[in-house]
Amino acid sequence: MKDTDVRQGTLALMVLKTLDVLGPLHGYGIARRIEQISGDLLTVNQGTLYPVLLKLVQEGSIASEWGASENNRKARFYRLTRQGRKQLQAEARSWEQTATIIERFFAVKSQDLE
Amino acid sequence: MKAVRRFFQRLISWATSARDEEFLRAEIEQHIAMQTAENLRAGLPPIEARRQALLKFGNVEAIKETYRDQRGLPFTETLVRDTRHAIRRLRKTPAFTAAALVTLALGISGNTAIFAVIDSILIRPLPYPHADDLLSVWHTTSGLPGLPGTIECSPSMYFTYREENRVFQQFGVWDLGGASVTGIDEPELPRALFVTYGVLDILGVKPLLGRWFSQADDTPGTPETVMLTYGYWQRRFGGDTAIVGRTLTIDSRPRTVIGVMPEEFRFQRDPELILPQRFERDTLSLGPFGYRGIVRLKPGVTIEQASADVTRMVGIWLNAWPTPPGMDRTPFQNVRLGPRLQPLKQDIVGDIGAALWVVMGTLGLVLVIACANVANLMLVRAEARQPELAIRAALGAGWGRIAREMLVESMTLGVLGGALGLGVAYAALRMLVAIGPDTVPRLREIGIDSFVLAFAVGVSLLSGALFGVLPVLKYAGPRVAAALQGVGRRFSEGRERHRARNTLVVAQVALALVLLVGAGLMIRTFQQLRSVKPGFSHPEEIQILHSMIPEAVSKDPDRVMRMQHEILDRLAALPGVTSVGFGTAAPLESFFAGGNPVYAEDQTFAEGKFPPLRQIRKIAPGFFKTMGTRVMAGRDFTWTDMYEKRRVAIVSENLAREWWGGPRAALGKRIREAGPADPWREIVGVVEDVYDNGVQVKPPAFAYWPALMDRYIWGDENGFAVSTGMFAIRSNRTGTESLLTEARQAIWSMNGRQPVFLVTTLQTLYDQSMARTSFTLVMLALAGGMALVLGIVGIYGVIAYVLSQRTREIGIRTALGAQPAELLRTFVRHGLVLTGIGAALGLVAAAGLTRLMSSLLFGVTALDPVTYAAVTALLVAAAALASYLPTRWAIAIDPVQALRAE
Repeated sequence: MKDTDVRQGTLALMVLKTLDVLGPLHGYGIARRIEQISGDLLTVNQGTLYPVLLKLVQEGSIASEWGASENNRKARFYRLTRQGRKQLQAEARSWEQTATIIERFFAVKSQDLE
Repeated sequence: MKAVRRFFQRLISWATSARDEEFLRAEIEQHIAMQTAENLRAGLPPIEARRQALLKFGNVEAIKETYRDQRGLPFTETLVRDTRHAIRRLRKTPAFTAAALVTLALGISGNTAIFAVIDSILIRPLPYPHADDLLSVWHTTSGLPGLPGTIECSPSMYFTYREENRVFQQFGVWDLGGASVTGIDEPELPRALFVTYGVLDILGVKPLLGRWFSQADDTPGTPETVMLTYGYWQRRFGGDTAIVGRTLTIDSRPRTVIGVMPEEFRFQRDPELILPQRFERDTLSLGPFGYRGIVRLKPGVTIEQASADVTRMVGIWLNAWPTPPGMDRTPFQNVRLGPRLQPLKQDIVGDIGAALWVVMGTLGLVLVIACANVANLMLVRAEARQPELAIRAALGAGWGRIAREMLVESMTLGVLGGALGLGVAYAALRMLVAIGPDTVPRLREIGIDSFVLAFAVGVSLLSGALFGVLPVLKYAGPRVAAALQGVGRRFSEGRERHRARNTLVVAQVALALVLLVGAGLMIRTFQQLRSVKPGFSHPEEIQILHSMIPEAVSKDPDRVMRMQHEILDRLAALPGVTSVGFGTAAPLESFFAGGNPVYAEDQTFAEGKFPPLRQIRKIAPGFFKTMGTRVMAGRDFTWTDMYEKRRVAIVSENLAREWWGGPRAALGKRIREAGPADPWREIVGVVEDVYDNGVQVKPPAFAYWPALMDRYIWGDENGFAVSTGMFAIRSNRTGTESLLTEARQAIWSMNGRQPVFLVTTLQTLYDQSMARTSFTLVMLALAGGMALVLGIVGIYGVIAYVLSQRTREIGIRTALGAQPAELLRTFVRHGLVLTGIGAALGLVAAAGLTRLMSSLLFGVTALDPVTYAAVTALLVAAAALASYLPTRWAIAIDPVQALRAE
């Protein structure tokens, strides 16, 4: 199954993690990184990233400033704020929990219940 | 918390949106440039590299849209933008916009104005604190036949009610009249309000200067006092604050001014002076009735509880006071007085409510018709825009987006029309207050307050929604393909496309018919009223003025009569005067009405019962001749009757018929007023009935006494003469200032201290008596006229539009040999079918709705066939013309041209 529909929340978490790992980055960079990590499993319209970035800025999880890109062009760089780091930790924890629970459920075989 | 933060961020970025837009564009451009560079590095040719980058990014505009929605406050933002667009589009089509706005402004202004009137008169509380606790006190007289079903309070009741009540905060009685003011400028007789000391406390309006009346002011023997109202104080004394403490000569006696009421003080008939009402307690008996009772209830007391209290007190009162001289107690008991307490507001407002609601209803219908018309215009407009809308829909504009845009346009029109309408309504109300008749209660309080404003805004938005929804339903829907197909040339239209417009026209015709029937019924009513012979002739020639011979000049009845006679002679000698008359009041001056029981010598009345009440008028010779009242039998009074004080009387025809079967039979019979204290008087004449309470009311039965009498129940030992009376002058100069000046001079040349007041003409009184009918008539005729025009414009519009769509078809038909007459018939039939359906529906609706106005009709039923037939004929004829003319013009077109059209 090839899932092309990535929910905004998941995408936001990926953005936060990317910025946590790689430090300040522009939109294109974030998009590339998510693509690389997910491989062909996740193909997104790159543009859908921008509304997510805006939402995170508005919520105060990330901040942005204009700077020069590697080819010396003006670009907007996003970085994780302290609040964003906290949010990332909290969400990562909750995500791991969810994943563990789901994993256990799938591991259960019918005879285990008898 | 995050949500709050986000909201403020949005608010900020909404304000800085232009810059952000630029940033976003730059950011996206940069993103695509980087991807393109990447693709180039991967070996793609430049053009393909950019194409792939764009594909990968996705739909740039859609992303921008999502981004924008998240960034600012999308609803407000798009509302502002849509409104701006709507205004731009409206300005591009000035003819359409003007037509729609004028139509709406007409409809909305009418509704707003009449609502303001209704609000001020019927809805808003009276301008007194806690006005809901104020009641007026009347009494039912179930045991007394004849006039008028209720009576007021007597002075003795005032004392009983004041002292014995359990649920009143305070009780008082009041009366209206005139009080002469002499010694400053010309003598005059301002409108005076006589109050017992409690009345002003009950109303609760504090004086601007000085103090209220106290109980001492009411007590006979103390110095006499007076209060001024603001208007009189300004007019006569220029707002001089030193007025308090000054002495005025009122009714020939000195009175000290103790206070001035503030500008916002209101009372019935706008009094100018307020005087204490004094009663000599020791001399009072059960009667006479004629003082208006007013009460402020203790908080939380209901009308029912108060009524029960009055019932109890009537019982006490009946036994606590002596009877009038020569009468025993039984008749008073047999009248069976009962309480009739009603909110003071009801007293003041009276029955004007019915007329106002009818007018409001009709104007509401006019607004609906106006909306239907604008909806029609909007449909045409939407139709013209359909290709554009279809293309936009194909490019991804959502259904909701287009619907919202169309609705915003309608709402913008609605609000603009409403603003215009509000302006018109404001001007109309200013005019109404300035020139409105005094018979309109609470006239000076009429204005636009926040409630009316809210109404106007609500009506505007509602109208916008009303005419905006139809085009949205028809054209904003997802019918892209069909619409795009239709973009090209068309030969003829599908029937289905006209359905909405046809329905609108049918509704318009139906409503117009209802309004026209209403107007028609009022016209018929007015005709019927005018055809009633009122008991006087050529009222426009009769000048009326009242005057008073003060007691200080003479109290001797003979002398008073001779002075009045002398004035009459001087008035008769004025140039252009054909006849003069004198009496207590003119016809239709019902505020002087006083009914009293009249006995006839040969009629027996049940023991201990009052005979029916009759109107009494004291007159001098020449009264009937001047008024144009015909003498049906016998003769008028003569001056010999007067000076010899013969005990003679004249009665009205209906009284003669009631008791003796006819005018002739009444001659020689003897009657008297009230009781044994009055002598029997012989009937020497019978006159035509006079419609004294207005022509829509059955004429009251009259007894006329001579203006000078040797003995009279209301006179003293010297007899009685009319000292305050009405002079009627029949002249072709009536209404001119010169006649009035000469008449005043004639009176003042007799006696310089004699006030002249209540100057009017009989025509004015006559018009006033029909004021409600003529007001309703004018309003309904205006509404009906507007409805007719709007309806006709609607029919014309539909036919013209159908024709414009079918020009090519007409061309082909003509080319193939169709006869013009046949084509004419086709289109006119279309118009007439719509009219026919509308008229049929309208007739049914009218039959139901006009019943609501039956209380306003006179001499005609709500289902008057003449009106219905005439109105339907008028409407059908107008509709036929409205369909005929455009068709005529259309088929006159050269077929070749028609085929080239579009």
